[in-house]
Amino acid sequence: MTHAYTPGLRVTNKTKITKNRILPLKGDVVVSLGDKVTPDTVVARTELPGPVEPINVANILGVPPEDVFEAMIKKEGEQVEQGEIIAKSKSFFGLFTSVAKAKITGTIENISRITGQVLLRGAPMPVEVRAYLEGEVTEVFENEGVAVTTWGAFVQGIFGIGGEVHGPIKVISSSVNDILTEKEIDDSCKGCVLVGGALVTAGGLHKAISVGAVGIVVGGLDDKDLRDFLGYDLGVAITGKEEKGITLVVTEGFGEIMMAQKTFDLLKSKEGEMACINGATQIRAGVIRPEVVIPLKGDISKEDTIQLQENVGLTIGSPIRVIREPYFGKLGKVASLPAPLQKLESESYARVLEVEFADGKKAIIPRANVEALEE
Amino acid sequence: MKGLSQEDIKVILATDCGSTTTKAILIEYHDGEYRLIVRGEAPTTVEAPFEDVTMGVLNAIGEVEELTGRKILDEENKIISPSKEKTGTDIYISTSSAGGGLQMMVAGVVRSMTAESAERAALGAGAIVMDVIASNDKRLPHEQIERIRHLRPDMILLSGGIDGGTTTHVVELAELISAADPKPRLGSSYNLPVIYAGNVDAREAVSESLKDKTALDIVDNLRPVLERENLIPAREKIHDLFMEHVMAQAPGYSKLMSWTDAPIMPTPGAVGLIIKTISDLENIETVGVDIGGATTDIFSVFRPEGSEGIFNRTVSANLGMSYSISNVFAEATLPNVMRWVPFNMDERNLRNRIKNKMIRPTTIPQMLEELIMEQAIAKEALRLAFVQHKSFATVLKGVQQQRTIADAFEQTTSGATLVNMMSLDMLVGSGGVLSHAPRRQQAAMMLVDGFLPEGVTRLAVDSIFMMPQLGVLSTLHKKAATEVFNKDCLIHLGVCIAPVGEGKEGREVMSYKIELPDGKIEEGSIMFGQMKLIKLGLGKDGLPLKAKAEFNPARGFNLGRGKGNRIEGTISGGVVGVILDGRGRPFNLPTDAKTRVEKLKEWMLEMENYPAKELESLIKQY
Repeated sequence: MTHAYTPGLRVTNKTKITKNRILPLKGDVVVSLGDKVTPDTVVARTELPGPVEPINVANILGVPPEDVFEAMIKKEGEQVEQGEIIAKSKSFFGLFTSVAKAKITGTIENISRITGQVLLRGAPMPVEVRAYLEGEVTEVFENEGVAVTTWGAFVQGIFGIGGEVHGPIKVISSSVNDILTEKEIDDSCKGCVLVGGALVTAGGLHKAISVGAVGIVVGGLDDKDLRDFLGYDLGVAITGKEEKGITLVVTEGFGEIMMAQKTFDLLKSKEGEMACINGATQIRAGVIRPEVVIPLKGDISKEDTIQLQENVGLTIGSPIRVIREPYFGKLGKVASLPAPLQKLESESYARVLEVEFADGKKAIIPRANVEALEE
Repeated sequence: MKGLSQEDIKVILATDCGSTTTKAILIEYHDGEYRLIVRGEAPTTVEAPFEDVTMGVLNAIGEVEELTGRKILDEENKIISPSKEKTGTDIYISTSSAGGGLQMMVAGVVRSMTAESAERAALGAGAIVMDVIASNDKRLPHEQIERIRHLRPDMILLSGGIDGGTTTHVVELAELISAADPKPRLGSSYNLPVIYAGNVDAREAVSESLKDKTALDIVDNLRPVLERENLIPAREKIHDLFMEHVMAQAPGYSKLMSWTDAPIMPTPGAVGLIIKTISDLENIETVGVDIGGATTDIFSVFRPEGSEGIFNRTVSANLGMSYSISNVFAEATLPNVMRWVPFNMDERNLRNRIKNKMIRPTTIPQMLEELIMEQAIAKEALRLAFVQHKSFATVLKGVQQQRTIADAFEQTTSGATLVNMMSLDMLVGSGGVLSHAPRRQQAAMMLVDGFLPEGVTRLAVDSIFMMPQLGVLSTLHKKAATEVFNKDCLIHLGVCIAPVGEGKEGREVMSYKIELPDGKIEEGSIMFGQMKLIKLGLGKDGLPLKAKAEFNPARGFNLGRGKGNRIEGTISGGVVGVILDGRGRPFNLPTDAKTRVEKLKEWMLEMENYPAKELESLIKQY
C-alpha cells in the first residue's frame, strides 16, 4: 500500500473553505446565491414531522378494533386539541359512555381497524440551519440548503467535543509547552475561543465554562479528565453532540503534548479575530475531524496564488510527527526511507523510516506511526 | 463463467471491498488442485474524492497482474473471461463491507422469540443490527417511533406471530413503522426496503399499512411454529435487497455488480457461509472469530446431540482493536485488561495510550510492552464478544420442553446456549491482531485465553483474511473453495488439550503420552496451573502432522468422556504445536499480584510468546 503513513492534519493560514449547510429533511432555503452571511444567519429552515402519540381507542372504549372507526368523532386528517374527545362509545341506552381523549394537540394520522389504535401526530418542530461561517452563499441546493464559502485560516484538530460555536480568539498560553489551568482563565475570557499549549486541565475546562468561554483549542487532554468531564468513558470517537457548555478542539492527542508550533503561531497571529470552531469528530469511515476556521476578508470568486500542495507522500526531509510510543509527539524530519521491511522491538515486520529529531538524534520508526506535517 | 462447467474452471479472481482496503486474490488449478497464487490490495475508493468502488477494485487487480504477470484486464479495464494461458479469469466474484456494510433494524413481537429469530436472520445474512424493536421491549410506542425514524437503516425486517396466531401485535408494529415513515441511509430517492416475514394471516393488514410508504417484500414466516425457525427465505431476501437497493445506491456498485459472476455478498455473510460449509463437510463443530478495528464477529456451528449443524453469528459492534479499542477497555475495565499483563502501568498513561490508538487507528506497536498490552486488550475483546455470542446462540426460547426425571437433573432450560466448549472441534481466528501477530504462539494464546476451550480443540488462524472471498466461491465452486481454505487460507496452529476441573497448584491434572511422527514419544504429567508446549508441526505438504496420543485426566478432571476417564486418538499439530493447558476450567488467575505475574511469565516463556530476555527485563523494569 502506498500510503503506509497517516496523512497529516491540515494547518494553513489561507485557503478557500466551503461548507455545505443542509437540512435534515427537505424545506425552504431562505438566502440567495451571492448573499453575504455571518455565522448566525439562518440559511434554511424546515419543519420536522411532529412526535407521534398512539392511543389505543379500542381498549379505552372497550370495543372491538373493527368498531373503532364508527366510534370516532374525529376523522383522519382532522386537527384536535389536547384533551379533546376524539372517540365515544355508543353505550347501552346511553347510560354508560366511554370517551377517548387526545393526549396531545395535533392531527389524527391513522385509525386502525385491526389494532384499534389511533395515531395522533403532534405539531411540527421547526429546524433551522445557520451559516456557521462568515462568508458568501456560493451554491443553493433547492429545498435542501446552501454552500457557504469563505477565505480563511484553517486548523484541523485530531479530536474534539461539542458542536459549532464562534467567538474572538484569545491566546492564553505563552508557549506551546504551557499547561492551561483554571488560574489563567478569568472573566475576560467570556465569549472567546481560548488557545492553550500542551494540555488543558480538568480545572481549566470547568473554569472556562463558568466564565462563559465558548471554546478551547489546545494540544492535549488527559483521557482521565475527559472521562470525568463527560461523566462517562468515551468508547468510540464519534462526538459533536455533547452539550457541556463548551466546544473543545484537541490538535495533537491525549496526554500532555505540545501544540505544533505552526498551529500555535497561526492562532496567535489571529488573536482577536473571530474563529468558527466545531468539535465534531468521527474516526470511522467518512472521517470527520474537529476544526478551527478563521474567516478572512477577500473576494471568493478570485483564485488566490496560494495553491494546496499535492500530497506527494513522504520524502527525505519531510517534516513529521511521531504518533505512537516510544517517541510519541516528537517532531522531526525524515532522514532516510529504507525500502525493505524491518523487524521492530515487538518483532513485527514493518516498513520503517529513519527520523532525525530537532536535537540531532536519530531513530527508526514504523511508517505507520508517523504523521506528515505540512511545510 | 458463462457456459463453463465446474471442470473448465481453472482461474478464479475474487475481491473483498472492505471499509479501508480492497483485497484481491487469484486462485489457479494446477496439478490436480486449486491453490492461492497471489493476493493484491489497494485502498477502497467508496468515499470522496473517488466515490467509485471499482477504482479500488481495479487497483487491487492491477497489483495481482503485476505480481503474477497474468493479464486480467483488457485495454478498456474490463475483466477478460474465460482464461487462457496467461490471460483472464474464469470466475470473478466479490464481497463488500464498504460504506459501513449492511445496516438493518429488525422488529418482532416478543423480544426473546420472534424478534430474536428476526435478529438471527439479519445477522446470519451479514447485517449489522442497529436496534431490535419488540412489542415488549419496554419502550413506549412514541419512543419506538422516534428510534425508527432516527436510525435510518438500510432495510427493516419485520416479523411476529406464528402462522395462524394473533395478528394484532405484528400489525401494530407495522403501524409504528408506517408512522415513523423511515428514510433509507443512502439517499432519499427511493423507498426504504422492508421485509415482512411474520404471521401469514397478517400479510394483508401489514401490506395495507406499509405499501405506500416503504418498498415492502413479503416472505415466508421466519417462525412459522414456535418450535421451528425458518430463516432461509428472509436471509435470501435480505441478500437480494442488499444487491438491488443498498449496493445499487453505493458509488460504483452498479458497475461492479455487472462484472461479477455471483451476487455481491456482505462480507460477514460470506464468512459465515464458508464456516458453515467447512463444518458441514467435516461434520465438526466450529467457532470462527473475526476481530477487526471496529467490530468483532463470531460465527459458530454446533450440533447438539448429533443434530444438523446450527449456525449462529453475532456482531459485537463496538468491540474492536482500533476504532473501538477504547470501548473494549471501558467494557472490560482496567483490572480485567491488566490481569493479562505481567507488569504495571500508570492508569493515566495507559488511558492516554489507548485513546491515542483510537484517534490514530492505523498505528502499530513498536515496543514489546505495547504489543503485550494490545494482546491483553484483544483477549478481553474476544472474551466479551464470546459472552455475547453464547447468550445469543441458544436453543429456541419460548418452546415448552417435555421433561423426564433425567432431564430435571441436567438443568437444561428453554433458551440454553448451544455453545459447548467441550464438544467444540475447531476454533478459527482472523483479523489483524490474530492474523498478523509477530509470533503464531501469540495468536494461539489469545485464542486460548479469550475463549478458554475445553477438552480437545484444534486452533487455526486465517492467514490473510480470504474467508469472505472463499465464502462466495463456495456457492459457485465448493471444491475450489474448500481446497484453498484448507491449504492456503488456514494456518493450522495446533491443538489445545484443556481438562475441565479445579485443583490445587502443583497437583496432577492429567498424564499424557504422544507418539510423534519421527517415532519419539513424549510423555509425562501436567500439574495444576501448568502449561506445556509440545512441538508437532506441519508436514512437507503444508498440512498438520498427526500423532497418536492418549490423555489420562486425574480424578475430578474431564476431557470429554467424563471425570477421570481416559481419551485416546489422533491429534493434529500445527505451527505452534500441542498446547497442554493445565490451568483448569473454570479458569482463574491468581489474585495475588506477585504470583499472578510469576504465572503469566511462566506461561509466556513456556509458550514462547515473547522473546525471553526482553520479557524478563520488561518485568524487572516495572
